[in-house]
Amino acid sequence: MATAWFCFLALMVALYVVLDGFDLGVGALHLLLARDGEEREQATAAIGPVWNGNEVWLIAGGGVLFLAFPRAYAAAFSGIYFGLIIVLWLLVGRGLALELRHQLDHPLWRGACDTVFCLSSAALALVFGVALGNVVRGVPLDAAGYFSLSLFHILNWYALLIGAFGVVVLACHGAAFLAFRAEGPLAGRARRATRILWWPQALLFVALIGPTYAVRHAMLDKLIDHPWTLVFPAVAVGALVSQPLLARAGRWLAAFLASGLFIVGLLTTMAAGLYPSVLPARQHRPHGLTVDNAAAGHHALLTALVWWPLGMALAAGYFFFAYRMFFASARRSALEGS
Amino acid sequence: MSSHVLVDRLQFAFTVTFHYLFPILTMGLAIFIAYLKTVSYLGREDRRFALLRRTAVEREDHEAAARFWAKIFAVNFAVGVVTGIPMEFQFGTNWASFSNYAGGVIGQTLAMEGVFAFFAESVFLGIFLAGRDRVSARVHWLSSLLVFAGSWLSGFFIIATDAWMQHPVAWDHGPHGQAQLNSFWGLLTNRWVGWQYAHNMSGAAITGAFVLAAMGALFLLTGRHERFARLSVRVGVVGALIFCALQIYPTGDRSAHNVAQMQPSAFAAMEGLFPTAKGAPLVIIGNPDTQARRLDSSLALPDFLSFLTSRNWNERLTGLNQIPTNQWPDSVPLVYYAYHIMVGLGTILALIAGLAVFLLWRGRLYRSRPMLWALMLAFPFTYIANIAGWTTAEAGRQPWVIYGLLHTRDAASPASSVPAGTGIFTLLGFCGLYLFVGILFLALMLRIVNQGPDDGALPTSPAAAAAGGG
Repeated sequence: MATAWFCFLALMVALYVVLDGFDLGVGALHLLLARDGEEREQATAAIGPVWNGNEVWLIAGGGVLFLAFPRAYAAAFSGIYFGLIIVLWLLVGRGLALELRHQLDHPLWRGACDTVFCLSSAALALVFGVALGNVVRGVPLDAAGYFSLSLFHILNWYALLIGAFGVVVLACHGAAFLAFRAEGPLAGRARRATRILWWPQALLFVALIGPTYAVRHAMLDKLIDHPWTLVFPAVAVGALVSQPLLARAGRWLAAFLASGLFIVGLLTTMAAGLYPSVLPARQHRPHGLTVDNAAAGHHALLTALVWWPLGMALAAGYFFFAYRMFFASARRSALEGS
Repeated sequence: MSSHVLVDRLQFAFTVTFHYLFPILTMGLAIFIAYLKTVSYLGREDRRFALLRRTAVEREDHEAAARFWAKIFAVNFAVGVVTGIPMEFQFGTNWASFSNYAGGVIGQTLAMEGVFAFFAESVFLGIFLAGRDRVSARVHWLSSLLVFAGSWLSGFFIIATDAWMQHPVAWDHGPHGQAQLNSFWGLLTNRWVGWQYAHNMSGAAITGAFVLAAMGALFLLTGRHERFARLSVRVGVVGALIFCALQIYPTGDRSAHNVAQMQPSAFAAMEGLFPTAKGAPLVIIGNPDTQARRLDSSLALPDFLSFLTSRNWNERLTGLNQIPTNQWPDSVPLVYYAYHIMVGLGTILALIAGLAVFLLWRGRLYRSRPMLWALMLAFPFTYIANIAGWTTAEAGRQPWVIYGLLHTRDAASPASSVPAGTGIFTLLGFCGLYLFVGILFLALMLRIVNQGPDDGALPTSPAAAAAGGG
């Protein structure tokens, strides 16, 4: 049953990164792609109605980690204390800049909000990548199940590489979102950005296989030992390759979805390679937290198995409804404009 | 208490207090916005139900009022969300031992809040704010109801979590010595939950009602937006009286009864009761002196406390003298004053609401300048009362973080992971950031108030801008 919760957790993380990922990507590219007030308006309005709902997936994901693996929750969040508090501050800055920029119609105010929005989005993409990098690399857990990483140890070479990859992937994802959602010159620049950013994304994807093998070769072995799990990297590769093809065909919604699928492929590959570890120790070290020693009690996991899918089905319903509404009206206004 | 725990406590107390200022108003306004939208959507001139028997002009007024209050709601909600996320994560960052111990139980309620409340609230608020021209009137009305349901459900899961910390039930020991849930139903039906939830939500609704009344009073005193102002004052004062009454009885009465039964040390500290006594007095004012174990300058009603607690004038109540000092709350005066501030302000607010409704009934409220002044200035005290209530509950539970199970001093993250110095840095960071956020919030509020309800052009969020620009 703990395994089921491991899958749910991976699902929540993947959904969060896919959904809030395009918000962050749009933010990171905001100052580069959107050149004048009207375009910035367009870019922020495109994510305005949905970013808050997308961010809830982070809260719900944190909730699942707390619910199912409280030991891992306690160890991870206290161990990278500084990193996490910085994430919280950035989330405060990002959310406020986005939500409050429309409250005042003054170029200085809008400029300040746009800058905070852009910088905090880019920094969040980096820090989330760094956090995932540290999980893959493993953390120095002690016998009591805690660890402590100072800021510079959080920012180790491997984690920074994954962080850079995170920025590129999410920027590409955000550009793909704007490519299909925006209009006029903004859409044109976003489309060019997806084409340009695809190259570093693909290069880093291939280049990171080596370092990942170096910090945790069990990960690759595990995928090969259980050949069915190779479907996850296959999804990632397939989605990556199809992105420029779909873009060339002008199918921008499909290209955006492929970009999301690429992220899902990456994260599920990571989850499959880590299982059964929830929070692994460094390579060849003891005290790693796994689905067995970090899971909550039987009754808790069992009852949550009843209500959680129900809540997810409800949430999926809300999202389907809201996205259909926003995107339908975007298409309508696009038609009216042409 | 070692210093890193003290820093963790300060940081949590500060961030949670600041955060809660915003949900008080979102929860409090949500119920009134849902009411205004319901009247606007369902109202007809031939309805049998008096509240819904409305003319077209009245319905338009209710719609315009709902639109204005949604602007205030939206800014509050945004700040509430961004300051709320640090709360969930601080359980892990600063209170790792607590999370490790209790996550198997309270992980349920906290995750349910995300899954059942936040999704509904955030998605339907997006639709409510953006969708005026995009969805049908019915969907728009339903989304106001779902925002209300989502925000009040969110409150329930938080209270259920706190109730378990106040009165742990439905658990047993797990393999690593942590608490482990053994009855999901038992957790949700904890004896502590019901009255605390009702008391808390009624408190939030009081703030919503007084904010409505204050805005209306301001506009009446300055002679602006007459129709909107009258509607807000009317709905505000009637709502304030209803919820003030509920706040005192039954919710306040029953909550105090629960504390007396389940946390006698907290109850004795709240009431400033040192000697165990039959026919204990109800202290109205007085200053507790924990050294001398007595109240200075006190004014008390003899035997009233025993009567209120048990409906028996001679009931014997346990005083602090009978409880070992290591089981006293860390700060008896804090608990005592927080509780007396809450009760004192609550009483004054109930009187103001009662008088205002009386004047409304006599048809003199809109012209009574002293009363309008009082209404305009009363609303900040509802915030103080709400915060003082939470202070009573949380400081009263000390020295336990989970009553009877886990001491607060054992609940923080290990000092090796989060040393006191690191905690001080992040505490200062939160102070600076939240000071800035608070000033920004006030400036934006003043601006919305200044623009008033008639200006429909102001977009309240990117969503609304998208609707306008599309």
